[in-house]
Amino acid sequence: MSAIENVSRRRFLTGGIVAAGALVLGVRYYPKFSSGKLPHDTNADHATLHPSVYLGIDGDGTVWIVASRSEMGSTSRTTLPLVLADELDADWKRVKIEQAIGDKRYGDQNTDGSHSIRSFYDAMRWAGATARFMLIQAAARRWGVPAEECETDLHVVVHRSTNRRAGYGELATATAELPVPKREELKLKPKSAWRYIGKGEVSYDLEALVTGKAIYGMDARLDGMVYASVERPPVLGGKVKSYDDKEPLKVAGVRQIIPIDPFQPPPAFQPLGGIAVIADNTWAAFQGRKKLNISWDNGPNEIYNSDSYKNELRATSHNPCKVVRNVGDADAVFAKSGKVHEADYYVPLLAHAAMEPLVALAEFKDGKATLWAPTQNPQAVQDIVSKELGIAKEDVICHVTLLGGGFGRKSKPDYVAEAAVLSKQMGRPVKVVWTREDDIKFDYYNAVASMYMKAAVGANGKPTAWLQRSVFPPIPSIFDVNEVYGDPAHLQQGWTDIPYDLPNLRIENGPAKAHVRIGWLRSVANIYHAFAIQCFTDELAHAAGRDPLDYLLDLIGQPRTIEFKGVEYPNYGAALDAYPWETGRLRKVTEMVAEKSGWGNRKHGKGTGVGIAAHRSFLTYVATVVEVEVNDQGEVRIPRVDMALDAGLVVNPEATRAQFEGAAVFGTSVARSGEITATKGVIDQSNFQDYPVARIAEVPSQTNVYIVDSDAPPAGVGEPGVPPFIAAFCNAIFAATGKRVRDLPITKLGFS
Amino acid sequence: MIQLKVNGLEQSFGGEPELPLLWYLRDVLWLTGSKFGCGVGLCGACTVHVNGQATRSCVTAMRDAAGKEVTTVEGLDKSGLHPVQKAWMQINVPQCDYCQGGQIMQAAALLDSKKNPTDHEIDEAMSGNICRCGTYQRIRAAIKAAAEEMA
Repeated sequence: MSAIENVSRRRFLTGGIVAAGALVLGVRYYPKFSSGKLPHDTNADHATLHPSVYLGIDGDGTVWIVASRSEMGSTSRTTLPLVLADELDADWKRVKIEQAIGDKRYGDQNTDGSHSIRSFYDAMRWAGATARFMLIQAAARRWGVPAEECETDLHVVVHRSTNRRAGYGELATATAELPVPKREELKLKPKSAWRYIGKGEVSYDLEALVTGKAIYGMDARLDGMVYASVERPPVLGGKVKSYDDKEPLKVAGVRQIIPIDPFQPPPAFQPLGGIAVIADNTWAAFQGRKKLNISWDNGPNEIYNSDSYKNELRATSHNPCKVVRNVGDADAVFAKSGKVHEADYYVPLLAHAAMEPLVALAEFKDGKATLWAPTQNPQAVQDIVSKELGIAKEDVICHVTLLGGGFGRKSKPDYVAEAAVLSKQMGRPVKVVWTREDDIKFDYYNAVASMYMKAAVGANGKPTAWLQRSVFPPIPSIFDVNEVYGDPAHLQQGWTDIPYDLPNLRIENGPAKAHVRIGWLRSVANIYHAFAIQCFTDELAHAAGRDPLDYLLDLIGQPRTIEFKGVEYPNYGAALDAYPWETGRLRKVTEMVAEKSGWGNRKHGKGTGVGIAAHRSFLTYVATVVEVEVNDQGEVRIPRVDMALDAGLVVNPEATRAQFEGAAVFGTSVARSGEITATKGVIDQSNFQDYPVARIAEVPSQTNVYIVDSDAPPAGVGEPGVPPFIAAFCNAIFAATGKRVRDLPITKLGFS
Repeated sequence: MIQLKVNGLEQSFGGEPELPLLWYLRDVLWLTGSKFGCGVGLCGACTVHVNGQATRSCVTAMRDAAGKEVTTVEGLDKSGLHPVQKAWMQINVPQCDYCQGGQIMQAAALLDSKKNPTDHEIDEAMSGNICRCGTYQRIRAAIKAAAEEMA
């Protein structure tokens, strides 16, 4: 027991969890749990009128809307409820948002893949429409008038001819007695009547955010909790041989040392294993770890070195690989063609480095586990915790706090499982806190990838044959260590769907064994695929002496719908008839960004240049123009970025602009300094000094975002801005310097 | 015992003098507005004011906070919202927001010393604060808006 413990206990442990605040996501549930109600109950469930799992209306007119998706900065916690509120014709000021726990009744909750709006737009609209229909019925009944004569007007039902009005709150009780209507009876509002869709709103949590009241996973706490920090095997699959369990206990505040079992392959979302130090505060746990003096058995992944691995990937890509798409006969053309261009592109492993390191709080009690975690995927938390603890999934309650960034890392709940395992062993609440070093060394990295590009060119420099091979350790390797080929879900990401109208095209993918955990990172495989295709396109344009914009438009060709004959193309899980791949939309954003950026009137050469790239990902079409200035020392500045996007219907334009501004910065980090490497299986980087991310003076000075006005169904906005930015940035560097970036980050070519 | 003031309140601390101020604020006082981001003073998420100066609380030992006045984002403006916080709302700066408490404290200290900072001065002052979501363009705009408000 340290003095810290005593002081904290005396002054601050007053029972219950987490101090009050607008975003105390767990607190409302906890007393209900204790008083015998079901832990998943929401205020919406208990509201007077409750026509949908997402919605409740109380007698005082309060509208409860359940946010079932995680909030990590993309504003989905605000934007989806906004869609429901619009269809309900509710006053946004009277809406209260509550965060859902992990529960399959909400459908998919894995907040990844830029699909929150796309997948839940209809569900939100139907929920709002159902309640509005019922409220109108109740009012009509009360007034003895036909329902067709009634309408809604911002939180009230009105009967114009008799000038009668009734608020949603006062109608709630009577409405609750009516049957829930069938979908066929409902009519959605026409676009002309939309209040919020297309106009947007700032974050529901904005004031809490700027005053330090917002509660993240890092801020969650429970009465009686202890803190844990875990020393994990430095090489994937390693095991503890021996450790010192005496010295750490001499550190003030350290209570206990607990081993965590190594995982049985495949790693999936299991804890990595290692030794946990349990203490009275976070810092004491960190200090105790330094005294563990662990000896490791590193296992087979000790052979992994990034330098030689890069050579292996490249060698693989220089030989025939598995054909994943073929049009015409590229080899026949190569055999007789005089002019052939070839290039190798390479992108290293990338770490997520969200500002909030991984963290989770768990309480195992009476055979049930309750978690508070910044997770993108609470149902996956339920799965892994139930497996690790040997309890039913229903006995795992996962509260979702705000996330201090996620970028895909927090879809993998290994860190939450650690907390659960430790809480069971300790018999009290445990909060596991990852250091930044842990966060960078034990990531699920974006795959290292090597791309070989080859084109034969004819008149006008246009390709007569095109071959592209990519080789990267695939994400499915975390679920089956023998998986070495890219799967359709990742080959589709800017690779099998190359948008050019090419008479002879062959796309291949080669095998690569993973030695670290590979995972989803914002934009995923699109990062390396778009980099290779869009920079190679720029190479061919320059080789032909043509303007890169004209050349790009020439390759995209006339508007058409891409047909995926003989290709497994999942289209990001969306139906191709609802979300066809339309090259005309890519062409349109390319023309739009060219016009808005003043392409053609901009300076080139002598250290200044602009570059362009276009790419569709997550069903959204984006074109980007980047301007750079490069001085004699190779220092690169980015004065201006222009981005045009067609994401179909955009519910929240302000949040969308913010996502694309952020994508330019995320892309800047990847291109300028993003590189994770391993030596003998151990990750070389550890913190922001050797895994730098972009700081304020390094990012674009000005990013302009142009949104195409579209009635097409909504598509993604969180990820699609990143891939074309990186390619356009490297193309701009070529325009400014004549040096072609083929290996990322740009420091490889002497730029900074 | 180490005596200090936090957000205007007298506090005394009898634990490890090497304990970083950040963990005293977070784990002892449970003022969680100051965030843990890197632990080595590289990201700025933990920024507080110590005697009015922007300070990385993750690398400031309690012994060095003795006798000092510490202000966290929760205590930046006792009457409500500081002009920097208002500007952050007006320009809609935050995305995930985890770093923004530190950004706000850094910006408030900047505007205490410079009434109308240039772009270059803003970049200089804010270069120790990382935002992984990439809100830098809005941070710059919000600092200018706050400067105007405070003029």
